[in-house]
Amino acid sequence: MIMLKSFMDSLSLFIKVIKRSKLSMLGFIILLGYLVMATVGPEIIPYSEKSNPKEIFLPPSWEHPLGTDYAGRDVLQQIVHGSRPILLVATLTALISVMVAIAVGMVAGFKGGIVDAVLMVVVDIMLTIPGFPLLIVLATTLLKGSTNPFALAFILSITSWASLARAIRSQVLTLRERDFIEAAKLLDLGTFHIIIRELLPNMMAYVIINFMLSIINAIYNMVGLFIIGLLPFEAQNWGLMIQLGITHAGSLFSARTAYYLITPIVAIVLLQVGIVLFSRSIEEYFNPRLRGSRK
Amino acid sequence: MKKEILEIENLSVEYKLEERTIKALENVDLRVYKGEALGIAGESGCGKSTLAYAILNSVPYPGKITSGKVVYDNTINILKLSDKEISKIKWKEIALVPQASQNILNPVLKIYDHFEETFKAHEPSIKRGDIKSKAKELLEMVRLDPKRVLNSYPHELSGGMRQRVIIALSLIFNPKVLILDEPTSALDVLTQYYFMRVLNSLKRKLNITIIFITHDMAVLAEIADRIAIMYAGKIVEVAPSEDIFLKPKHPYTEALIKAIPSVTGNLEGLKSIPGQPPDLASPPPGCRFAPRCPYADNKCQKVEPKLKKIDNEHMVACLRW
Amino acid sequence: MMNNSSILELKKVTFAYLKRVSILGKTKPVYVLDKINLNIHENEIIALVGESGCGKTTLGKIIAGLYRPWKGEILYQGKNVWKMSKQEFKEYRRHVQMIHQNPFESLNPSHTVFDIISFPLFRHKIVKNREEAEQKIRELLEIVGLSPPEIFMSKYPHELSGGQRQRVVIARTLSVEPKVLIADEPVSMLDVSLRLDLLNLMLNLQKEFGMAIIFITHDFGLARYFAKNGRTVVMYLGQIIEIGNTEDVILNPYHPYTKALLSVVPVPDPNYAKTRKVIELRSWDIPSIENPPTGCRFHPRCPYYIEGKCNKQEPELRKIDKNRLVACHIFS
Repeated sequence: MIMLKSFMDSLSLFIKVIKRSKLSMLGFIILLGYLVMATVGPEIIPYSEKSNPKEIFLPPSWEHPLGTDYAGRDVLQQIVHGSRPILLVATLTALISVMVAIAVGMVAGFKGGIVDAVLMVVVDIMLTIPGFPLLIVLATTLLKGSTNPFALAFILSITSWASLARAIRSQVLTLRERDFIEAAKLLDLGTFHIIIRELLPNMMAYVIINFMLSIINAIYNMVGLFIIGLLPFEAQNWGLMIQLGITHAGSLFSARTAYYLITPIVAIVLLQVGIVLFSRSIEEYFNPRLRGSRK
Repeated sequence: MKKEILEIENLSVEYKLEERTIKALENVDLRVYKGEALGIAGESGCGKSTLAYAILNSVPYPGKITSGKVVYDNTINILKLSDKEISKIKWKEIALVPQASQNILNPVLKIYDHFEETFKAHEPSIKRGDIKSKAKELLEMVRLDPKRVLNSYPHELSGGMRQRVIIALSLIFNPKVLILDEPTSALDVLTQYYFMRVLNSLKRKLNITIIFITHDMAVLAEIADRIAIMYAGKIVEVAPSEDIFLKPKHPYTEALIKAIPSVTGNLEGLKSIPGQPPDLASPPPGCRFAPRCPYADNKCQKVEPKLKKIDNEHMVACLRW
Repeated sequence: MMNNSSILELKKVTFAYLKRVSILGKTKPVYVLDKINLNIHENEIIALVGESGCGKTTLGKIIAGLYRPWKGEILYQGKNVWKMSKQEFKEYRRHVQMIHQNPFESLNPSHTVFDIISFPLFRHKIVKNREEAEQKIRELLEIVGLSPPEIFMSKYPHELSGGQRQRVVIARTLSVEPKVLIADEPVSMLDVSLRLDLLNLMLNLQKEFGMAIIFITHDFGLARYFAKNGRTVVMYLGQIIEIGNTEDVILNPYHPYTKALLSVVPVPDPNYAKTRKVIELRSWDIPSIENPPTGCRFHPRCPYYIEGKCNKQEPELRKIDKNRLVACHIFS
């Protein structure tokens, strides 16, 4: 019962914070839209692989709100169906990256000394290796044609955890000087407790925003790999659409066919815009002082 | 006959927040006489800083002056002046030195540059030689060595020295009134003492009017001729310094003095004031101090006492008088 | 009553921090504490007084075991703290606690009062389950005057006033049953009218639970009130220059610095301000801790300066009277 009450409290506080800024609310609605599209969308909108040569590259209409592609297939249906695999992998990647970054960054930042030095050497090595070329190498050698989203997420996270780890470490370096952390040390609450229960809750806004930005980062990396043609395609996804748009459909060259290329790009950029707008509410939610409560 | 240099009448200030409105000052009346040192004392949230800013119509957003007037030199109502007209008064006739101002010094500018900037901001045509000689004169007045200080950066000076530089800067245009908001809060005991000494000598030499705002009443014993005590947005007592400390009439003043342990005098009978100051978004009816007042009775919770003159120089807002 | 056994002994404790002197990362040590000798007895109240930069806060943190001295030793119940076994150090940590100055910073803003006090209770196995924790926390909140405790348990720090937060801090500290409490300016950020209540609370708790309290402050008035029946230690530029019974030191200071300080402390009485005799110092400026004066560190400002002696020889903290130690050549 207590859990339910505190959940309801958090929810009502969340709603209150969102209402404060129109832009943030817009961001939230956008993100909600993507969530719905990725989870429920494919069930609602039917998918047909059938090509329809008579209807290629039709402009947007009521029947085809985003027009048709080079094979006469509805673009909107492709966007909706393409959202799930890409968002699934991207979210998994962000999850893995953030968890590893937290583990490494917080331990290094809080412990300091030789632990910090060793961990930062590892981080620096990862940061010096060029990200995208490394991804290419990993994709060709490790993936071996597999379309398992977890495998793909694992590879993508290898190249993205390091800079986040550094950023989290800096946050910890400032936080650990605060009096309540010193008090926790005095009370001998233990390293694990201090990191997880004293430091981390005060970094939640930072972590969540970086988590969301990692999703976008992962999507860009995936699109990059798709454009090169390195990732095997199993189902529809945006990266695939972009690749096909550039290589097969000639969408780069013709204004009439441009929207086939543009729509997945817009889908990615719109997601990023949604995240950026929404991040302000995240910060307000986690900062008790910004929430505007009484002294 | 004492001349008035500032008359504050019926001044009220509100801070409009998202969910509620805070009545930071309500119907404040205060007279400041030329050449005197007036101390304004009170605890956090009583409105003393707001009062300082309101005098120059500079209450920061979301604060707003909702009523009253501030008459300077018996002629001008500052609150009715335009921005251009007020800039002739700010820093030139009335100088306000805000809290923690020693940290406002620009860390990448030498002290001389600070003087130059301040001069040029108000009198662009001034010559370098004049700046230097005036700066020298002012620094000597606050007992700083110009040779050493003018060429230094702020971080090369101690907190006390920076505070005196700020005072020197505030005196550039020979203002008639100097308003100081918590000037000694960040200073050590010895530094504070030297600062007060400099302030006292300035008052004598320049015949300047000083309004000294602080939460530390003991410091006022060193400089104030008169003291006004504020509580919950109102002035509750105004009297000569000696009367405030030795013969306080308002229960809050009395309790406040009894809550300060000092190095002389009796430690017996000292105690805190029970309870907490009221929420200024919804202050209690009647006297705002009544919930904590040892002398309060039924009437105190219904009728709001007005500041009344009970002696030649002594004013109290309390139903007991 | 003072028990004569020392629970903490500081012997020649010296501490420095490293200051960067070049862009290349070269550092030099700045000695903020120099050869501190101090014995703290069980259940004793000590006021540690000095102006900012004298090292009193750093000394407090060293006593609390947060920093390790560069030179010298700290003995807790006779054992060298930094040579203890892990278990012994854990016990020392628990028994020597500290309260911070800023009530807005010493509580984790993400936790409720219940969480804040329950963490140490569970960690040190003082309670076994949630019911016991609730019971114990209820008791602690009542003891510190936060009543009714049920209301306060579910509050977050930003919902409490400064005074209430300090009380939560005290409750949290009490939960581990400390033997020594270091209070670093515990009331200087509170309103004047609320200070005595908090100080009285601490004094009552000291009597009831028995612990030594080291009260760090720059305010002599508060030191006099709090350590009325204890000792006062005066620090200047990283050294202890005078120790004695509080009333004696305040009414009859020996060291010229203590005399000068006490002669300028503001007192809420304008007649006193007009008639007191102020000890004039030869210089208004405090020397930097990075370059302390040679010999006696106070000599550039001291009105009783003896040329050739005070600037060459460092005075030792020496017993002058029955309960008074002073570091000054006048008394040697």
